[in-house]
Amino acid sequence: MKWLMLVVLLMPGLAWAGEAKPLAEDPVAEARLKHLAVELRCLVCQNQTLADSNAPLAEDLRREVREMIAKNMSDQEIIDFLVQRYGDFVLYRPPVKATTTLLWIGPFLLLVGGGIALVLVLRRRGQAMTDTPVTDEEHRRVEQLLSQGERRS
Amino acid sequence: MKRFLLPLAVFAVLVGFLAVGLTLNPREVPSPLVGKPAPAFLLPQLHDQEKTFAPADMAGQVWLLNVWASWCGGCKEEHPVLMQMAQAGNVPIYGMDYKDRREDALSWLRRQGNPYPVTAVDAEGRIGIDYGVYGVPETYVIDKQGVIRYKQIGPLDDEVVAKTIMPLVKELQAK
Repeated sequence: MKWLMLVVLLMPGLAWAGEAKPLAEDPVAEARLKHLAVELRCLVCQNQTLADSNAPLAEDLRREVREMIAKNMSDQEIIDFLVQRYGDFVLYRPPVKATTTLLWIGPFLLLVGGGIALVLVLRRRGQAMTDTPVTDEEHRRVEQLLSQGERRS
Repeated sequence: MKRFLLPLAVFAVLVGFLAVGLTLNPREVPSPLVGKPAPAFLLPQLHDQEKTFAPADMAGQVWLLNVWASWCGGCKEEHPVLMQMAQAGNVPIYGMDYKDRREDALSWLRRQGNPYPVTAVDAEGRIGIDYGVYGVPETYVIDKQGVIRYKQIGPLDDEVVAKTIMPLVKELQAK
């Protein structure tokens, strides 16, 4: 009976043996995982990074990245591995490519366009101001109207 | 009147962009695997665990690889379509049971019918990562040389099968 108790007590120990090591004991690897995971997109919940997501796929991908870190692969190799499978979409920082030129240049084009529009509008407004001189007659009328207002209040 | 023309034009362009944006599905991420050889794997079969299945077994045939799971809602939705295709027998559909429990998968096939000659078991989802799977169901069209020609993300429906998959399969079979 005693040995049976011992076996039962040792059972949880056996269950632990099969679990994948979370590598938490290796702070360097864990820091690399964190550093990489914030740059990668979770494909299931697309607005979350791999670091934030709790989707099963994100867990699998983190496990995969951990294993690659354990194999001493460089950051670039790990990122290439994921891009080969999921495309540029996994990257939160899109690469500069022919298809992404508009994405990268677009904001600057808008800025330049806005600047040009601003200059044009300001110039036109400047002209409109100088082109309408006030005659003496108008001037006198303005004075009169203003003084009326003063008297009333 | 003229001063309204420019803002109106800008507004029209904006509406145009938004209208196109509404019809796009952000879940559909273009797969970089299309046009590349299907990643090799060797997985146990669902029904006969002693046996294995590898894409190389299918060399010389055009075939579909359908990634599914008993826990996946979209799989249930597309299942009648797969059953119809299997009955028509124009192209073999092989299954890959993704991150699933064996008993669940077997009873699911018993209930819904089994369109697959063989289902491979990817219990850990590792092969799924090689195939860029991120939302089951996903279906790959693989040609005689073992190259992925098309990837369907999400459930198949009659329209996709009739307009995209079957014409492509016929074209690849004729090659």
